[in-house]
Amino acid sequence: MLKRKTKSDLVFDIINYLFLGCFTLMILYPLYFIVIASISDPNKIYSGDVWLLPQSITFDGYKRIFSDSSIWNGYKNSILYAVLNGIVSTTLVIMAAYPLSRKDFYGRNVIMTFFIITMFFNGGIIPTYLVVKDLHLMNSMWAVILPGAMDAFLIIIAKTFFEELPEELREAAAIDGARNLRYLWSVVLPLSKPIIAVLVLFAVVRQWNGFFDALIYLSDGEKFPLQLVLRNILIQSQPSGNMLMDIDNMLAKQRVTELIKFGVIIVSAVPLLALYPFLQRYFVKGVMVGSVKG
Amino acid sequence: MLGKMKKNYELYLLILIPVAYFAIFKYWPMYGVQIAFKDFVASKGVWGSEWVGLEHFQRFFESYNFKQIVGNTLLLSLLNLAIAFPFPIIVAIMLNQLRQQKMKKFIQTTIYAPYFISTVVLVGMLFIFLSPTSGLVNHIVTAFGHEPIMFMGEEKWFRPLYIFSSVWQETGFASVIYLAALAGIDPHLHEAAVMDGASKWHRIRHIDLPGIAPTIIVLFIMAVGNLMNVGFEKAFLMQTDLNVATSEIIPTYVYKVGIQRAEYSFSAAIGLFNSVINLILLVIVNKTTKKISGKGLF
Repeated sequence: MLKRKTKSDLVFDIINYLFLGCFTLMILYPLYFIVIASISDPNKIYSGDVWLLPQSITFDGYKRIFSDSSIWNGYKNSILYAVLNGIVSTTLVIMAAYPLSRKDFYGRNVIMTFFIITMFFNGGIIPTYLVVKDLHLMNSMWAVILPGAMDAFLIIIAKTFFEELPEELREAAAIDGARNLRYLWSVVLPLSKPIIAVLVLFAVVRQWNGFFDALIYLSDGEKFPLQLVLRNILIQSQPSGNMLMDIDNMLAKQRVTELIKFGVIIVSAVPLLALYPFLQRYFVKGVMVGSVKG
Repeated sequence: MLGKMKKNYELYLLILIPVAYFAIFKYWPMYGVQIAFKDFVASKGVWGSEWVGLEHFQRFFESYNFKQIVGNTLLLSLLNLAIAFPFPIIVAIMLNQLRQQKMKKFIQTTIYAPYFISTVVLVGMLFIFLSPTSGLVNHIVTAFGHEPIMFMGEEKWFRPLYIFSSVWQETGFASVIYLAALAGIDPHLHEAAVMDGASKWHRIRHIDLPGIAPTIIVLFIMAVGNLMNVGFEKAFLMQTDLNVATSEIIPTYVYKVGIQRAEYSFSAAIGLFNSVINLILLVIVNKTTKKISGKGLF
């Protein structure tokens, strides 16, 4: 259709390919490096020999990771929190968004305003912390799940989706004698799979990647989610003792710690990597709706 | 009206639970903000603690590090906004010019991925790649005959690294929104422009940019609305004893004072100061853009 190529367009295309090529490489290379480094000899990483291909392949790092219980415990906790957060968050959002999407719902503007105000002003870290304390949720997994479970933005996204369902559908259902809840359960929800997917994925990713609520609310190491365990290893360079138990040489310890770092990044990324096709499809949808209406 | 409410009574029951949730987890903390003006004592509770007026604010304004912390926060946010905000627009426009759909799809899928990396892992990667002994970047630095650089231990590197990692992580995701806006531009405009001999540069300037301007404005206002809360988790994780002079921002300071030292009232006052500045910024930007372009968020 648009085939004519002028000189200036050719220059443009060359610049464009260079620009996007460099940018893509800049994104991709660090990720690729982590993969090859995680199976390379740590001494070769130290000397700078690893940059294009793995060197002296070893699975020592993974063996140490798999033999350590703190990581698996964190994994288990994170999965539990993510699943619970997915359920709680999605349920709450739908309970708020569906009534608000109905034009015959008297008082919808008042309630919507009640939700929206919180987008512009919030109590902040400390007052929220004190509320969690007052509710006796300290050191409970609900402290990690509930305070961030939903916000007004999610309600807007879901409400917009529900508003697009045809009004005739409800009229037809009403003739068949389906009352509000029945209609919501057996007509609306089955039609709302895309928005449910968006809400669940938002909640799961937020929970899987979050660490701050866990940091301030949890004190018992047994309850730590994966991200807190990762923080000890990656940022404070303190893998749990039994990962390095057999090494007494300081230098070797340091090097194996580096190797373990690469391995845990991969291990922690697996669940989201598995979800990536869905994330690609639904995250965009969710953000689009939200940014148009937001 | 009552009849309507009666007919839909189930909907009211349904929405009661999220309303209660907001009351507890959003409005109760707002009520608790008053401890910023009180001397909060846990045993007396929020209501029973004594009023002290603006004492905590005054203490903060007069503290030796007030200027530094507020300056750090503003500088970091503004630099981040100036660099990390326009970048996705450029990437989206460039991607939109690619004719090969497969290539476009591949690049999109790739640059989108870092968005799903957690802040902990992202900062962990910074520490790994920038390590003075084993990091890849310092291998390159020393190969050119320089001394290894202590990236995470020098204050001057904190801001560049913070912004660079934002660009690395968020560009792909943010560009998706602009790409969708670009896809919504009437293709006839481009065809007509090509007929008139317009080059790609011209079409970007006169068709693409005006076409996505409303999207840019909305996202800009939203970004400003979050200016003062920007990336607290990342700053917190990137902070070391050595770069604290540039990495101490209001939220990290609130965490230190409030959670670690349990000075609830003082830190609530600092947090409130932050929220108020944020709100003022949001209103100003919204008003200004409304004046300039006739479009605002509210």
